[in-house]
Amino acid sequence: MQINEIQDELIEDFSLFDEWESKYEYIIDMGKQLAPLNEAYKTEENIIKGCQSRVWLHAYIEDDVLKFEADSDAIIVKGLVSMLVKVLSGHKPEEIAQADLYFMERIGLHQHLAQTRSNGLASMVKQMKTYGLAYQSINQ
Amino acid sequence: MSENLNIQQIRADFPILNEVINGKPLVYFDNAATTQKPRQVLDALLGYYEHSNANIHRGIHHLAEKATSEFEATRRRIQEFLNARLSEEIIFTYGTTDSINLVAQTYGRAFLKAGDEVIISTMEHHSNIVPWQMVCEETGAVLRVIPINDEGELLMDEYENMLSERTKFVSVVHVSNALGTINPVAEIIQKAHAVGAKVLIDGAQATAHIDLDVQALDCDFYTFSLHKLYGPTGMGTLYGKKELLDAMPPYRGGGEMIKEVTFEKTTYNELPYKFEAGTPNIADVVAAKAAFDYVDTLGKPHIAAYEHELLTYATDALQDIDGLRIVGQAKQKVSVVSFVMEGIHHQDIGVLLDQQGIAVRTGHHCTQPLMQRFGIAGTTRASFAVYNTTEEIDRLVQGLHKVKKMLG
Repeated sequence: MQINEIQDELIEDFSLFDEWESKYEYIIDMGKQLAPLNEAYKTEENIIKGCQSRVWLHAYIEDDVLKFEADSDAIIVKGLVSMLVKVLSGHKPEEIAQADLYFMERIGLHQHLAQTRSNGLASMVKQMKTYGLAYQSINQ
Repeated sequence: MSENLNIQQIRADFPILNEVINGKPLVYFDNAATTQKPRQVLDALLGYYEHSNANIHRGIHHLAEKATSEFEATRRRIQEFLNARLSEEIIFTYGTTDSINLVAQTYGRAFLKAGDEVIISTMEHHSNIVPWQMVCEETGAVLRVIPINDEGELLMDEYENMLSERTKFVSVVHVSNALGTINPVAEIIQKAHAVGAKVLIDGAQATAHIDLDVQALDCDFYTFSLHKLYGPTGMGTLYGKKELLDAMPPYRGGGEMIKEVTFEKTTYNELPYKFEAGTPNIADVVAAKAAFDYVDTLGKPHIAAYEHELLTYATDALQDIDGLRIVGQAKQKVSVVSFVMEGIHHQDIGVLLDQQGIAVRTGHHCTQPLMQRFGIAGTTRASFAVYNTTEEIDRLVQGLHKVKKMLG
């Protein structure tokens, strides 16, 4: 599936929820289901420090696509991280570098991306795109 | 609930309390970060711009004189509020952080030398740590830290042992922003003076709750921010004893702080203007007077008594929640409850309470060394002001039960 198809699917999933509780329960669930990041990758290098919670991001190339694994110490951020991984992981580096991430806003979660200092999510998106750019130039 | 205050009437003074957040009426429990502003302060702010706005002190026209006189009226109001000896001992700053930097960069740089010791405490806000680290690095002075016990109280014996003829400055917080602990500042000051050290008290979290008398305390410097006292943002105060302020070199150069300028030499203005370079935050200073009037009309002892009821009510109710632990259980506290919940990250608590219209603060509260002392990454902090109610605390408790259910 293309990046935008995955985003549209997530928007569709979230459109089913009328109440904030179900929306956040879904995010929490996704956080819980995210495969734990191997402790070996929870390094100082892979850490994206927010003021309150931490996010770890590990990136690697496999079969010409860029893959991401990530984790966070806060469960809601972890759920959001899992959505970002779901949308961006497994695509060509140039697609990731150029991706227009609109799903957070459409789902009504953009305030979490705006909280740059507290949760590091915005920095994570930036970092994922930077990996895309970096691997794109290596491939060329 | 309060005998002396009509809380519903007080709430009506604060327009923002009518806001609806995520579909629910706002519960504002982030008062230690900043309090909301009563109509009286908002009116004063708007009134200044509508009827008095002009640059102050050197103008000859009517509005310049009016603005100057309103600006200086706040200074005298603060003198009265702190019971300072002289109005020129009141310096306007941008806030507590700015005030501490002023003292560290002027008094510190002028009078500290290698081997001198500066004492702070474990529960300091970063703004009362970093400025001293900077000046210590520059002068070779040594920073020492008073430890605390598990309840979040200063170990006064350790403090006493630390004091010596090397101690030149003590800078401690009156009330801890993260824990709510009220420190025994009178005793701290008296013991520091006994070895000849000067003392700054960071009153950012104290002024809204505790009656102050800087002459009785005998502190050398006292500092606070208006926005935590129902006043405007961007405005604070540094109180300093005249003889010290006189001895200190100026901080920022520019207009207002000079007597005469030539390219060869500049002479500086007198107190308090020596430390007030440039056009100050006139509107907020003028409006701040309304905040002091507001607090004094309610009466600080009444405010403190009511807030203490809220603190007791909240402490009891929160302690009943399974897995919740209050961090900071000092015998003397203002209305701040900081807590952690087993297995739940504070940020998740903050996000889910926000969804329920409840504003709390989560994180390290700019006191990372204090969090390290307790071995935690951060807390959730609910801090109460005079307009809060027990019904709101009930909503916090219900909110936390929901958080537990959702994350359990």
